[in-house]
Amino acid sequence: MKHTFQQVFHSGKFVFGFSIFAAILLIVIFYPLIIKDPPLQIVGQGTFFEPGIYVSVYDSIASTRYTLHLDDAAAKRVASKLNEEDRLAMKEWLVKAGIPENEIDVTDTEILLDQWVNNYDPQKNVPGMTNAKRNYFVRLNNSLKGLLSTEGVSIAVKNAETGVLEETGGVKQSDYVNVSRVASVRVLPLGTDNFGRDVLTELVAATRVSLQIGFVAGIIATLIGLTLGLLAGYVGGLVDDAIMFVTNLFTVIPTFVLLILISFSIGQEQRGAFIIAVVIGFTSWVWTARAVRAQVVSLRNRDHVNLSKLSGHSIGHIILTDILPYIASYVVMALILQISAGILTEAGLSILGLGPRTTEVPTLGLMMNWAMVYQAQILGKWWAYFPVLLVIALITFSLNLMNTGLDQVFNPALRD
Amino acid sequence: MKGYRKYFLNKLAWFLVTFVFAFLLNFILPRLMPGDPVAAIVARLAQGMTNTTGVQAIYEQYTELFGTNKPMLEQFFLYVRNVMRGDFGFSFSQYPRSVADVLRSSIWWTVALQFPAIIVGWLIGNTFGALAAYLKGGFDKVLMPVSIFVSNLPAFGMAVILMVVFAVNLKWFPTSGGYGFDLIPSFTWAFIWSVIIHYQLPFWSIVLIAIGGQAIGMRSMAIYELNADYVKYSRFMGIKDRKIIGYVFRNAMLPQVTGLALSIGTMVGGALVAEIIFSYPGLGSTILTAVRGQDYPLISAATLIITVMVLSANFIIEILYGFIDPRIKAAQAD
Repeated sequence: MKHTFQQVFHSGKFVFGFSIFAAILLIVIFYPLIIKDPPLQIVGQGTFFEPGIYVSVYDSIASTRYTLHLDDAAAKRVASKLNEEDRLAMKEWLVKAGIPENEIDVTDTEILLDQWVNNYDPQKNVPGMTNAKRNYFVRLNNSLKGLLSTEGVSIAVKNAETGVLEETGGVKQSDYVNVSRVASVRVLPLGTDNFGRDVLTELVAATRVSLQIGFVAGIIATLIGLTLGLLAGYVGGLVDDAIMFVTNLFTVIPTFVLLILISFSIGQEQRGAFIIAVVIGFTSWVWTARAVRAQVVSLRNRDHVNLSKLSGHSIGHIILTDILPYIASYVVMALILQISAGILTEAGLSILGLGPRTTEVPTLGLMMNWAMVYQAQILGKWWAYFPVLLVIALITFSLNLMNTGLDQVFNPALRD
Repeated sequence: MKGYRKYFLNKLAWFLVTFVFAFLLNFILPRLMPGDPVAAIVARLAQGMTNTTGVQAIYEQYTELFGTNKPMLEQFFLYVRNVMRGDFGFSFSQYPRSVADVLRSSIWWTVALQFPAIIVGWLIGNTFGALAAYLKGGFDKVLMPVSIFVSNLPAFGMAVILMVVFAVNLKWFPTSGGYGFDLIPSFTWAFIWSVIIHYQLPFWSIVLIAIGGQAIGMRSMAIYELNADYVKYSRFMGIKDRKIIGYVFRNAMLPQVTGLALSIGTMVGGALVAEIIFSYPGLGSTILTAVRGQDYPLISAATLIITVMVLSANFIIEILYGFIDPRIKAAQAD
């Protein structure tokens, strides 16, 4: 046993796959201990907030101010409001308004803004301009107001009784707050999804549920496959024929179709993550059964099994001590593949709208489904779907690498 | 030829048996559904109606129409008779369209998309796998990890990636649909071109996934064969390398053909989900609408059609296999 483990951990592929899988497992276990937010809590009002650090504006006004004199602060402020596209659009408008093209320099912000302020007139009708474009210029003009001002802004509070604004303070352009001093800061490393949930927290919870689904489905499939394979292979005869008939039947009838029919029949209310896992397990045992049977048939008439039979051991004893140890490696490999297949199947079902019901737990498939339904991929909200795909790919990739590694250890012919 | 006949009849019998079982499962499983589908459709139709006798009348009319009030066995024979005639009843969610009508408009999209894609992927994958086994070295070192990674990606994942890269960012291809939304199906160049353009991304996402899986299988098969005794013996005999390679790949190919027959069901399942990502007007999207509309006649018919497609593909591959594998001829001649 110890020797086998040593051999397995000498396989580079297995170790690589195992490290990825272990890392995912560790994150799934330890992340919820550190960050205790409920995974399905809706924190953002609105859809698809970008990844980043969200600092409370209200709290940052109240927190300690520091004065920093940074030379590039003004330039950055202008750049964030006025990108290259806007500058070219301004030039376009100015040219149409009659300013000679050679007098406009889009790189010189000060002159450009000056020309803009002096010439822009929202009422002016430029021939050939669409309404959308006209509205764009109005918005642009509004966002440019006060861009070059060197004054700060005032903070005023509305008097509850009279309704009059009373100035309570001001913010200078050189005022800074230290983010760690602001009372309320929320880091959203992967932004929020279409419902306004923290994607990272949700993703970790989803990974955990999907792994559980994979494990449950894999264990059920392996147990059924192992039992049927052992029975068919060892008992033989009519039992073998009957089992092989059913196995062959379910090999050719597409599993996916069965899954669609069964999960649809169960109905939305009864469809929890566990039920889905059980359904997947009950429909994916055929390969294990076939592989186990083939192995058992070749083992059945070996000398040590015959000796055991002659010694009067019971069938259970023979199977447990003389057959199972020989097929253990195959069973483990089959289990690993079943887990990865289970996770993928859940994802596929969820995209069809046949996954676990949506109110309790997230799964990787459901997250993918939500992102697709809200068209995250078309809107360019990569954080809603790409991390999910990456996690799915990493899980299945690592499990398959482990499987290939094991295969090479136990089937020397496959070694490079 | 006499030996083959036994093989074909055997396969044909097996095809019929699997078909009957698939048909039975298809009938029984959706009818185990706890909710009453007719009640759901009536609730949707009768929204805003306060007259309970009116609702009751609608309910009875629909129950009569769909035959859900009859005993299970009678329903079954009704179903068999109707299916034989190609009549799958009315779609609940797209009433008054019939199920056959809904499927007729979607099935060819799926057939034309999936079977070429799976065959092309299988061919390219096997070529790559064989090359990797034969050339070894750099080609193998690059191809294998890529293949393993790609084949572990679900088909819908590949679909999303291709879509984001080629449709959303590069704008080379459209993001969704089977043809431009501003076109009416017709035999004009504009329409055919639009269909071709819309075909590319779903096609390649299925092909790429298939390539990965097949290349891995072919590689290990070819390595196994390359180490076989007959190869060493042929080398000693001084037979040319090319000729040996020919034998090796022919032998390595056989399990791959069987593998295709066995995995075609899984591949079709994955590809159906990829269709949904592209809103391709095939069976995948039809099933999605059916699931959303609690439309069991449509789901039942769509899954039946998919099963028939997969079983037939399987049957055809088995028949071809009979011609390719000399062992079958030898076994049947005994």
